Amino acid sequence: MIINHPILGPRDSQEFTYLGDAALIDRPDWQAENAADQFHDYLYLRDNPAGEHRELWFHEQGDRSWLVVTRNTVTHEILTVELARDVARARGRSK
Amino acid sequence: MTDAILNAGTVAFQADGSTGARKGVQVNRLDGGLIKGSKALTFTFDGKRYKGFEGDTLASALLANGVRLMGRSFKYHRPRGVLTSGSEEPNALVELRSGGRQEPNTRATTAELYDGLEANSQNRWPSLKHDFMAVNDRFSNFLTAGFYYKTFMWPAAFWEKIYEPIIRKAAGLGSISFEDDPDAYDKGFLHCDLLVIGSGPSGLMAALTAGRAGAQVIIADEDFLLGGRLNAETFGINDLTGSAWVEQVQAELAALPNVRVMPRTSIIGAFDHGIYGAVERVADHVLAPEAGKPRQILWRIYSKRALLAAGATERPIAFENNDRPGVMLAGAVRAYANRWAVTPDQSVAVFTNNDDGHRTAADLIAKGVKVTAVIDTRPDAPKVDGAELFAGAQVIDTQGRLGLETVRLRLANGATRDVPCGALAVSGGWNPNVHLTCHQRGRPAWREDIAAFVPAGTLPQNMSVAGAANGDFSTAAALRAGAEGAVAALSDLGIDAKAADLPAAEDAPVNVTPFWYVKEGKGRAWLDQQNDVTVKDVKLAHQENFRSVEHLKRYTTLGMATDQGKTSNMGGLAIMAELAGKQIPEVGTTMFRPPYTPVSFGVMAGRSVGEEFRPTRKTPSHKWAEEQGAEFVEVGQWLRAQWFPKAGETHWRQSVDREVLQTRNSVGICDVTTLGKIDVQGKDAAAFLNKMYANAFAKLPVGKVRYGLMLREDGIAYDDGTAARFAEDHFVVTTTTANAVLVYRNMEFARQCLFPDMDVQLISTTEAWAQFAVAGPNARKLLQKVVDPEFDISNEGFPFMACGEITVAGGCRARLFRISFSGELAYEIAVPTRYGDALLRKLMEAGEEFGAVPYGTEALGVMRIEKGHAAGNELNGTTSALNLGMGRMVSKKKDCIGNTLSEREGMNREDALKLVGFKPVNAADPVPAGSHLMNADGEVSAATDQGYITSAAYSPVLGCAIGIGFLKRGDARLGEVIRAVNPLEGKEVQVEVVSAHFVDPEGERLRG
Repeated sequence: MIINHPILGPRDSQEFTYLGDAALIDRPDWQAENAADQFHDYLYLRDNPAGEHRELWFHEQGDRSWLVVTRNTVTHEILTVELARDVARARGRSK
Repeated sequence: MTDAILNAGTVAFQADGSTGARKGVQVNRLDGGLIKGSKALTFTFDGKRYKGFEGDTLASALLANGVRLMGRSFKYHRPRGVLTSGSEEPNALVELRSGGRQEPNTRATTAELYDGLEANSQNRWPSLKHDFMAVNDRFSNFLTAGFYYKTFMWPAAFWEKIYEPIIRKAAGLGSISFEDDPDAYDKGFLHCDLLVIGSGPSGLMAALTAGRAGAQVIIADEDFLLGGRLNAETFGINDLTGSAWVEQVQAELAALPNVRVMPRTSIIGAFDHGIYGAVERVADHVLAPEAGKPRQILWRIYSKRALLAAGATERPIAFENNDRPGVMLAGAVRAYANRWAVTPDQSVAVFTNNDDGHRTAADLIAKGVKVTAVIDTRPDAPKVDGAELFAGAQVIDTQGRLGLETVRLRLANGATRDVPCGALAVSGGWNPNVHLTCHQRGRPAWREDIAAFVPAGTLPQNMSVAGAANGDFSTAAALRAGAEGAVAALSDLGIDAKAADLPAAEDAPVNVTPFWYVKEGKGRAWLDQQNDVTVKDVKLAHQENFRSVEHLKRYTTLGMATDQGKTSNMGGLAIMAELAGKQIPEVGTTMFRPPYTPVSFGVMAGRSVGEEFRPTRKTPSHKWAEEQGAEFVEVGQWLRAQWFPKAGETHWRQSVDREVLQTRNSVGICDVTTLGKIDVQGKDAAAFLNKMYANAFAKLPVGKVRYGLMLREDGIAYDDGTAARFAEDHFVVTTTTANAVLVYRNMEFARQCLFPDMDVQLISTTEAWAQFAVAGPNARKLLQKVVDPEFDISNEGFPFMACGEITVAGGCRARLFRISFSGELAYEIAVPTRYGDALLRKLMEAGEEFGAVPYGTEALGVMRIEKGHAAGNELNGTTSALNLGMGRMVSKKKDCIGNTLSEREGMNREDALKLVGFKPVNAADPVPAGSHLMNADGEVSAATDQGYITSAAYSPVLGCAIGIGFLKRGDARLGEVIRAVNPLEGKEVQVEVVSAHFVDPEGERLRG
């Protein structure tokens, strides 16, 4: 596969390490009342869709950016590629 | 590609002037062809010497020499000859070459002849003509479809000792030499606008059109000659012969710098996003690769557009005993005659259900070969000149020992007739080569008018198909489709191309009446000759309800092995459709998967073999350690010194014990560069590390080091190390050697995905710094001789867990850490990697007066076990901070990775495993690592398991074996005597539970 890196352009997927569902960005608040349940769901309950999937890829053999790649798991078509940092900020993460 | 072969078409054999000389003992050699008759090549088959010509394949040369018998079938060991003239060949598989270069299961039809080629037949003993295992053929009733599943079942005890060895011995075709392959294989990457797969009329027109438009073009063909069927047919293009037109196009392509022509290159798979795999056979056609050249190259081709022009494969008709050597595909017989000037025999009959078969008869007659009959299943078959036609007739049986002698016909009027012939050219129609179109999600569709599957569904991204591969079987249609396909593909890319002028060519319609198998006869009619699958086997599969094509394939093995059923699948599924009362498209095809043709393991491995299998990382002290005669051990990719033997030491334990004792008594030095190092900088560096480590880091003072434990988000401990604070906004973190990459990856994940606004930057500096542990009571005295005098490293000035930036040896930049893995007064000193070797030599020189020793990973391990320090064996992916005795370190006052889930009930059980030490009750006993712990009395079972020993060593300090490990409620059981058991080996040792801190439990030495 070829991943169109937002900074570096098209790169072979061999340069990347795959992590999984981009929902891993949404790490729960440790002080929430039901933090243990939230962390459980965060860690163990993932969707495994046949179709569009937002997932995390690490450009380990490259610039070390974490990317959020929206990929169709059936066709392997890649729809968007974003810097995970931008996605995380957009989802309200900060420090 | 050599010019000689490219030009073979025009040179032809006339150069040598004499038909007689050319023929020699090549009894079946004809006139003409694209071989170079002036150059005789000598080769051997099963030890016998033969002659052939440049441009021959092994198969064409053997046929020329009158050799029809080329192999034995897989299951029944039936004598077999060549069926085809290309990569679809199921029968003529041979072992090529010998010694380290021996290669089994290579197809004689694609093996290019060279002088000195050595080939041997396979799957026969003692010889091809007299094969002992041919007895299997007599027992064929027991070896039908599914025999694997029905036989060898009982008694169960027979499986391992009797059935399996017999099956293993009988299975497989060729053999390997077990010698190392002396040749190199490479991998490479190519990029293009348009990849053209196949160089027949479509492919050449596409390449020409795209090449002239200035696009970056790659045209690849598995053959060593470009041209595809144009080399095998007699019809011309414009006023040229097909092969002469090919040469003309090839000359133009060669002159275009933007076109890369790749003969001998098989496209083996269509992968995601326009990426194709290709194998180029660089040196399979010569005796040995030229110096410095690889035998083969595995290419990864990145294409913007691809045009599949892979042609079509002829399919046979099944009838009784249709597997005798001499029964061949009609298109192959024609190719041998026209391209290689060879006939399989001097008298040939033709059996066909379509007009194309008649071309074989006409071409052979034109070459002076006697055609004894043309048998056409169609009552309305077209007329034939020069041979007797049997319209509406079928071949119902064949005779001949080790080769065809006669065929028996059932005539239209019901009579039988025996026709003598040494070869039978069979045509059941042509199947477009749709394989690559299906490598993603394409599923072919049935086209009634040509009685064949054509590409359909979702093709691989940006692939289009032209010519026979798309069901356009006439030359004119193929030429047009190639040119138009290239224009369309380039137009997608914004390149304006003009279709090359279409030359005049034949445009015959396809005229075929589907005919899959002859129903008459009780004997076996072969579908898949490679796997010995017959029409009967398909019927049996149907009867036993294995009716889906995928079941049919696996139950009967139809279409498996090296040819992947290129000539047999279609017949099998047509018969299944008939039996199931379905239409062929309802039955469908099995999945086509890469590779298109077999690929050698060598080219898959490329250069990654032996020592080059993965990178070897050497420590900065490697050279010095080699000079000392160190034994090395692989630790991940690293080579580390394991111990340093001294003269007179005959056992590794002597060396290791000495290294441990000398370190504990005076001073020892160890290269610890392999530990991961991560430089953490930024205003939020401390806050960031506070998130990474389970224990608190925010308040670590500048100039201090702290031990840190990292958890996974599920609360399991996964790495430990130290973080040294050199400035408010600057830390240096160490990780274990094994997890250096993972910890860095996880830290980047946290930095970018979880805490994107933290002001923190990370760099992996593992390779940037050489680091040595200097440990033992004399460590400070030794270092004081090396560290520049303005730096105070006294116990007061530089206490336990201090760190600082210093200089050594008169100004060399260095970092000093007062940390101890050995439990001794110890330091770790780091210098830029390029000074590592010099620093070590200086340290050893300075240490001479103390008898300083270098120590390796074994002594390091012994000392850490003596101190009860956890390492990889203890951080084994199942243990928590609580198990490790560090439960209280996990801060509950902050957020860090893993702390929330580490509080789960199941991880905090009252009877949790705790890290403790073990000593044998009988001091002479070993403490075997991996042993399970059981109470002093009672049964030994999983239910009574109390824990396990993770690490063990002989402690030269204590004079006995010791171990550490996890024991239920271990911290409350000190002094108890329990059993360490190894039920697999029937061993049991009594051990006493002790503190894991065997040496200096109060930690006085490291603070001294």
